[in-house]
Amino acid sequence: MTYFLFRRTVGFIFTLFTVSVVVFTVMNILPGDPALTILGLEASDDAIEALRNKLGLNEPVLQRYFSWILNALQGDFGQSHSFGVSVSGLISERLSMTVALAVSGMVLTIIIALTLGIGAAANHRKFGDWGVMFFSQLGIAIPAFWLSILLVILFAVKLRWLPPGGFPGWDDPILAIKSLILPTVALALVQSAVLARVTRSSALEVMRLDYIRTAKASGFSRKRILWRHVLPNALVPIVTIVGMQFAAVVTGTIVIENVFYLPGLGRLIFQSIANRDLPTVQALVMMFAVIVVTANFIVDLLYVIIDPRLKERN
Amino acid sequence: MIELHFSLFNYFWGVLFMNFNIIRSLSFATLFTAIGVLLTPSISVAKSNIVIGLQQEPTSLDPTSDATASIDGMLSHNVYESLTTVSEAGEVLPALAESWTISEDKLTYVFNLASGVKYHDGSAFDSADVIFAFNRAMAEDSVNPTKKIFKVIESVSAPNANTIEIKLKKQNAFFLFNMAKGDASIVAEETAASNNTNPVGTGPFKFSSWKRGDRLVLVKNQDHREASSVALERVEFRFISDAAAASAAMLSEEIDAFPGFPAPEMLPQFQADPRFRVNIGSTEGEVILAMNNAKAPFNDIRVRRAISHAIDRNEIIDGAMYGKAVPIGSFYPPHGAAYVDLTQAYPHDTDKAKKMFEDAGVAGMEMTLRLPPFPYAMRSGEIIQAQLAEAGINAKVEQVEWGFWISEVYKKKAYDMTIIAHTSPNDMGNFARGPKYFYGYDDPKFSDLWSRIKTEADPEKRKMMLEEGQRYLTDQAVHGFLFQLPLLGIFKNEVKGYWSSAPVLFHPLKGVSVN
Repeated sequence: MTYFLFRRTVGFIFTLFTVSVVVFTVMNILPGDPALTILGLEASDDAIEALRNKLGLNEPVLQRYFSWILNALQGDFGQSHSFGVSVSGLISERLSMTVALAVSGMVLTIIIALTLGIGAAANHRKFGDWGVMFFSQLGIAIPAFWLSILLVILFAVKLRWLPPGGFPGWDDPILAIKSLILPTVALALVQSAVLARVTRSSALEVMRLDYIRTAKASGFSRKRILWRHVLPNALVPIVTIVGMQFAAVVTGTIVIENVFYLPGLGRLIFQSIANRDLPTVQALVMMFAVIVVTANFIVDLLYVIIDPRLKERN
Repeated sequence: MIELHFSLFNYFWGVLFMNFNIIRSLSFATLFTAIGVLLTPSISVAKSNIVIGLQQEPTSLDPTSDATASIDGMLSHNVYESLTTVSEAGEVLPALAESWTISEDKLTYVFNLASGVKYHDGSAFDSADVIFAFNRAMAEDSVNPTKKIFKVIESVSAPNANTIEIKLKKQNAFFLFNMAKGDASIVAEETAASNNTNPVGTGPFKFSSWKRGDRLVLVKNQDHREASSVALERVEFRFISDAAAASAAMLSEEIDAFPGFPAPEMLPQFQADPRFRVNIGSTEGEVILAMNNAKAPFNDIRVRRAISHAIDRNEIIDGAMYGKAVPIGSFYPPHGAAYVDLTQAYPHDTDKAKKMFEDAGVAGMEMTLRLPPFPYAMRSGEIIQAQLAEAGINAKVEQVEWGFWISEVYKKKAYDMTIIAHTSPNDMGNFARGPKYFYGYDDPKFSDLWSRIKTEADPEKRKMMLEEGQRYLTDQAVHGFLFQLPLLGIFKNEVKGYWSSAPVLFHPLKGVSVN
């Protein structure tokens, strides 16, 4: 276990280092100049030069990279080029909304997918199964942004139950939750389609095994068989997909935040790339990398809990 | 076995529906009443509030250090003020300068400043603030995006606290107009550095809050000298970049006005809806198919003229703008006083264009068309590609993002053709900017004409020269001149007094009301 943790930590640091180098390189190779995007078409050359000096863009690339990494290690992610305020401030004011969206999206995904997946498996080759398979196929085919527009047209424009977008902040928790309902549903419906199919096939596989037959023969109740014997043994592939989907949900917020004009990190990264705002992009990509790597790490830990046999193999 | 599966399924659905029933019976009614109550205040509270949708969100709130158009759109002449301002018709009006006199030689301007003006932080405004603002914009290390409008200034001085005297190096017909721009906002020394997040000005509205990525709020400045004629108490700007989302926000009446609506194809829906008023106004944006005149084959006038014959403006306007734009034949807005209709100078004629391409030896040639990420450019680009193909030219479309466009196309001139709207007023001078400018067009004859236009004080003579300039640019077929960028606005019927055209980047909200 110690060796396992050590190996993961080294991998973690290596991943973050690679990500930081890649982002820095790409942002520097990419044609475009933050000073130009800020000052626009009519700017004179001396104004652009003055701004480049002010932003520190005239320093050598390597020096900029190392000063960035030294500061980042001390928790200082620098000033945003285009916003002119600290990057940590920019991120922290938006973090809570994106986290709320991603987590609620993931939870709803799991609830929908497990319910439908197990329901379909329990009703194999019957109407309910076909229904679930049909709708999950639809869910895989429909892009999240299109589904979002349909949801907005129905629930915001026609029925007026929910706002079409925007986020008023947490000061009014009811309004805040209301404005996150549609984005969460849009995010979860599409994601749960894949997970429902995995759940169904994984559960079907387990149901075919001898010990389930034995359990049935022993006269256990259907409920008990499903919850105590089928689901736990079907979990390993489900958890793998959940881990992968968490990354997809986090990146999926970028699209969803644009359609629902939510002030989250996804929109921030979008805007910052367009503005060539390197410090902000760098910090955000690093943060997304940390989230994804952490999610994978948690999945690995969960394997051992779900299936103790895997521990011995390690 | 079958039975088992069936009832398991029932069990799951049972659980699902049971929950549903609980929710329905217990709280559906209360929930929706609650939602209704929550929603009502935001809709029906005092009518002097307005919610305005904007597509572009700025990253800074300081127009004197960032060129983003939406900074001017929201804040210039609302929060910040300049010495002069501009009416919807484009005429220069007093602002912080109540009046002015111009010397006989048109080189010395004396501005009489409005008295009793206060900044929103309570500090008094006087000539020292004007001196500071001008020195800041003109300084060596100034990052003012339109620094060049100050280049003509020789000196700025303050004979007393209410007077400013500006001496020019040479006559400039656009000086007073330029001084109305957001770039020439009179900012105070104490607050200039923090204006990017907390703008402080002297205007009829005070900055209240900015939630980045979501909204910006202004409130009425009760101390403003014209406060009695300002109807709005609170102005909220919401940032919605996606066209479908903008449309949904309008339809669900979350917002009252969308002055720069991004999607012309959605307008019929609003035109048919009695709740809304659709306005199709004009801007100063000439949309051109720019050609790199410094590069072969575009340095050949025959090729440029052939391209002008090959493109069909009406088809482009119908396809790209859904018919909602006015064609242009040169580089001057159709609503301008000196406009000459030159749209028939190169009538659309594919066969003629084909022959001209053959004569010039470029038939079948491959050219790139690099398009910035604006709907008008991307849609026009595809149609132009097809039209050029009919005339025997193989145009390759490359869609690039803005950061790429501005650095590669605009600064490094790494392009054959591109499509762009020039949104500044009085920008015919672009053609006199010489080989360094991205047109790659260097013509002493036009440069000479423009320097005469710039210094001509007699409006009648200037008008004649502007007409001559339009004809000359069309004759030289410097670019493909396409159409004037329209300003598509959607407003709830209650919203009154909004400018229907955009002669400048800013939109004063002083005269806007909701009733």
